[in-house]
Amino acid sequence: MASNVETGAAGGDRPDTQEPEGPIAAAVIAAGVGAFALGLLTTLSEMSKTIKDLLNFYDPVGSLAGKTVGAVVIWLVSWALLHMAYRDKGFETRKTLTLALILIALGTLGTFPIFFQAFAPAE
Amino acid sequence: MDRAFWILIHGSVLGTLILLGFAGGLAGLIRLRPQKLSAASVRGRVRALRIAVVTMAVAVWGTVLTGTWIVYPWYREAIPQSPRSILLASPATEGLHHFGMEWKEHVAWISPILATVVAFIVIYCGTSLIRHNRVRRTALLLFSLAFLFAVVAGIVGTSIAHQAPVL
Repeated sequence: MASNVETGAAGGDRPDTQEPEGPIAAAVIAAGVGAFALGLLTTLSEMSKTIKDLLNFYDPVGSLAGKTVGAVVIWLVSWALLHMAYRDKGFETRKTLTLALILIALGTLGTFPIFFQAFAPAE
Repeated sequence: MDRAFWILIHGSVLGTLILLGFAGGLAGLIRLRPQKLSAASVRGRVRALRIAVVTMAVAVWGTVLTGTWIVYPWYREAIPQSPRSILLASPATEGLHHFGMEWKEHVAWISPILATVVAFIVIYCGTSLIRHNRVRRTALLLFSLAFLFAVVAGIVGTSIAHQAPVL
């Protein structure tokens, strides 16, 4: 038995090197961006009929189609851009996790009906 | 395809895979904390962890995709027999649409995003994840959140199906 922590002898299918944490930070922040985008699109769709109509590119699903596809596209694009920017960098994952959690919390708030329905135009 | 088939896939089959993937992933991430292990043992644990987190990610993607693009159009059909129409027809159940369904259909989509990122972290780090304790804890937290969002959507979906099933 050997300590993997002390000796670094994890063995395995990846080289036993210290991978830069930049790509992990990029993925974690991008997840926050994706969640935030979903909440933002949900709230904007409730605020504006123009945006709601724009997001409705498939009638059977309604504006949910545009909100979800839009959020996924924003998530993937932001992940690709952040990955390119951070791929060789070391990173403080605690800070990136905090940022991601704030974005996820805001995104969750944006999808919460009591919140986004408050932005609906008065009938 | 038959509606009952897709309801079964969306709720039961993929729901079961989410539970299995989460249970395996949670146990795998917890058990990979820094400790004395042989290289072969670490490789085995990481292989099992990789299978679990990828299963969870694929299952939650399958759930939201079938839910949004196959089941949801049946839910919101503009006919009196659709679940949406049935729920809105009674003051006792309209809250299930205005709050329950409105939340479920949106918040569920956060789950596959988080589960995918966890699968990426596990695959990217490989066996060295055992030495990246902070990264492992980050993955553990995001994985738990992914499951929490899936559970919220699942519980609301079950409540709605109990009141007004898609037929």
